[in-house]
Amino acid sequence: MQIQPILAALRHHKAGTVLIALQIALTLAIVCNALFIIHQRVAHLSEPSGIDEANLFVIDSQWAGQSSEKQIDAQMQADLAVLRQLPAVRDATASNSYPLQGGGWDDLITLTPDQVQKTTDATVYFGDEHFLDTLGIKLIAGRNFRADEVEPMSPRVAATPPAVIVTKALADRLYPDGSALGKQFYAMTTTPTTIVGIVQRLQRAEVDTWSREYAYQALIWPRRLDGTFGTKYIVRAKPGELAAAMREAPKALYAQSRLRIIDPKDGALSFAEVRHRAYDSDRGTAILMGIICAVLLAITGAGIIGLTSFWVGQRRKQIGIRRALGATRRDILRYFQTENLLIAGAGVVLGAILAIGLNLWMMQQLAMDRMPLLYVLGGVVVLLALGQGAVFAPALRASRVSPVEATRSV
Amino acid sequence: MFGYYLDLALRSLKRNPALTALMVVAIGFGVAASMITYSVFRAVSGNPIPDKSAQLFTPQIDSWGPQQSFNGDGEPPQALDYTDAMALMRAHAAKRQTLLYPVQLSVMPGGNRSLPVKAEGYAVYGDFFPMFEVPFRYGNGWNTAQDDSRAPVIILSEEFSQKLFGDTDSVGREINLGGHDYHIVGVTRHWNPVPRFYNLFSSYGFQEPADFYIPFTRALDLRIATAGNNSCRGKLNINGWDGWLRSNCVWISPWVELDSPAEVVRYRNFLQGYAAEQQSSGRFNWAPNVRLRDVTQWLDFMHVVPPESRISLIVSLGFFVICLVNTVGLLLAKFMRRAGEIGVRRALGASRREIYMQFLIEAGTVGFAGGLLGLLLTVVGVSGVGLLFKPQIARLAHVDLSLMALTLAVAIVATVIAAFYPTWRAAHVQPAWHLRSN
Repeated sequence: MQIQPILAALRHHKAGTVLIALQIALTLAIVCNALFIIHQRVAHLSEPSGIDEANLFVIDSQWAGQSSEKQIDAQMQADLAVLRQLPAVRDATASNSYPLQGGGWDDLITLTPDQVQKTTDATVYFGDEHFLDTLGIKLIAGRNFRADEVEPMSPRVAATPPAVIVTKALADRLYPDGSALGKQFYAMTTTPTTIVGIVQRLQRAEVDTWSREYAYQALIWPRRLDGTFGTKYIVRAKPGELAAAMREAPKALYAQSRLRIIDPKDGALSFAEVRHRAYDSDRGTAILMGIICAVLLAITGAGIIGLTSFWVGQRRKQIGIRRALGATRRDILRYFQTENLLIAGAGVVLGAILAIGLNLWMMQQLAMDRMPLLYVLGGVVVLLALGQGAVFAPALRASRVSPVEATRSV
Repeated sequence: MFGYYLDLALRSLKRNPALTALMVVAIGFGVAASMITYSVFRAVSGNPIPDKSAQLFTPQIDSWGPQQSFNGDGEPPQALDYTDAMALMRAHAAKRQTLLYPVQLSVMPGGNRSLPVKAEGYAVYGDFFPMFEVPFRYGNGWNTAQDDSRAPVIILSEEFSQKLFGDTDSVGREINLGGHDYHIVGVTRHWNPVPRFYNLFSSYGFQEPADFYIPFTRALDLRIATAGNNSCRGKLNINGWDGWLRSNCVWISPWVELDSPAEVVRYRNFLQGYAAEQQSSGRFNWAPNVRLRDVTQWLDFMHVVPPESRISLIVSLGFFVICLVNTVGLLLAKFMRRAGEIGVRRALGASRREIYMQFLIEAGTVGFAGGLLGLLLTVVGVSGVGLLFKPQIARLAHVDLSLMALTLAVAIVATVIAAFYPTWRAAHVQPAWHLRSN
């Protein structure tokens, strides 16, 4: 196939050619960036939490009328006893927050008592000896808390417990040589704490962008936090009995004491719902980008079909002449396919530059990550294929133009 | 003439239904995507207090030092610790000033309620109400004397008063919150500035209206802890409430009202002077580092507009531009196909101006149809926007008359602009050439 005559013909359709190329370029720029955003969001929301999500739910119980921390502590112990006795419940624990809750409590961690700048940051969970079993977290080194280690703690006292369980991510960050078990660190006081256990994986309470640097860094204090507002009960149902446990638990707590507030709407949440809420903006962005990509590709494809059909209509006579002079149907088909490839080729070159430019701009303005070139390459392939796919029907119609057309006056 | 051109346009559009449909669909989807994301962006990026946003400022004082700054960017903490907050109140360097923090209390069962009710509100100074132009349904705010006497007074929101007392004026009644009695002195009208600029330290700015407001001084007397964020640095030595107040933990949001640029300069100097004093007294061992941001600067600094909302809007606008490029191409094809017809019209005496009119009206018709489809898709999309954004943000997005008008206007104007080049080409068709070839 000779390219020279095609280029010569395109010179007569400058505007149309430029418009198709421009449309392909802009589509490429938007589609690669949108696909990259989708990939990032989906990767984020697929991160495992490390806990037995299928059987877990949480109850946010707020206090009403409890005047002292002592009273609150007694109430929490009574509540836990009630929850653990429910037939559908395997285990329960009380904490200040739970994975994917959003917000939560973070401590700055240092390795020495006089260090001013932090070594790292960790989500703080409070939990008793039932915490690991309730969440279904795997202990990979050391031991669980003993019941006699678990004490009440006031939120207005900065005191570091002597023992702590940390996630592997935190252990590795503090002691990269893998020797964390039995070692010490400091968490915002001058009293050290000793790592007595390491768990494989436990997601942070907050999974927002700022906390990415500290992903999976969490620690568990052997304490019951007597917060004045309320507490979070994390409950693990027996397999298959989540719904029953979620029905029974709030009732049982109210039966124990009515001096509490469990929001009827979202006071008790299954972990599926917690996960759904934690990642709602990631999921939403991915859906929106997906819809935009699909519609965009459809419109660009349809636009190519429209313009090429118009060109075919315009050139029926020329096609007829070519056919009369001996060009085969295949030659005509090839002609339009090559023409599209040339236009789309120019479009994707410009589009690749635009795509990278848009990504750089978003990195600067919206703290996006750098897009791997693979996305641009993928986008180029998709758009070239789209162009060829879209041009096929009009080109086929062109190839069916009869040589007789050459003899007609219009 | 308009009627005739419209008739011509409709005939022409009917001749190529597929091409017309493609243009209408492209414009409809493009404008709808832009409008749906814009309706969310408009809601989250709005000015919550337009007539006073340039007079309300939040001071920041670096009480942590450069090595422990919030994000490692050298900015002072986003709230004040108790020591600095109280010092600002005592100095009273602004016309009006308030400190505030969120509190959460419970209303015990009573009347027809068998279970306690959660109540979320703020501990504030009396200046809060005139400063932020809080509208009152019944009663009034409290005064400075009541701040100083730590009066057990309370102001309820209209919604909360309704929930507890029904549709009556509850001013003058007593209410027990968290085990303490308060005298109701006022009931606000519905008031929920969005984003909630005054409490961005503890929230991302989009929530239900507050239930009540109590005096800051009273809340401290009762040792009501903050229900919001509390952020501390370094090694803490806190053993109880007083230790917490003395610590470097920041949890109080301060606001001042400054009416003129001169007052702003004066207040900035005052802050600088205060921080310098703290340095010379040895409490800070770093140079003064203070900020004084007004409402808009504060919203911007706190990144209130979620990045998702910005990204969605940008991508949607890009999508719309592509739809328009697509329309330019299709209109060009459509108009040029009628070169012969244009030639005849020109030869029969139609001026270029009339050709422009005819084809721009045709484009406008396509734009109008696209706008109608866009409007339909926007209404559907905005009602389904809960799938795409956080529910608290999604419920702020709504279709109103201005959005509907904007949808139609954008669709028509954008299509007409897109039609300029194809129309220009059509108007420059050489009549002689086309007549001859026919």
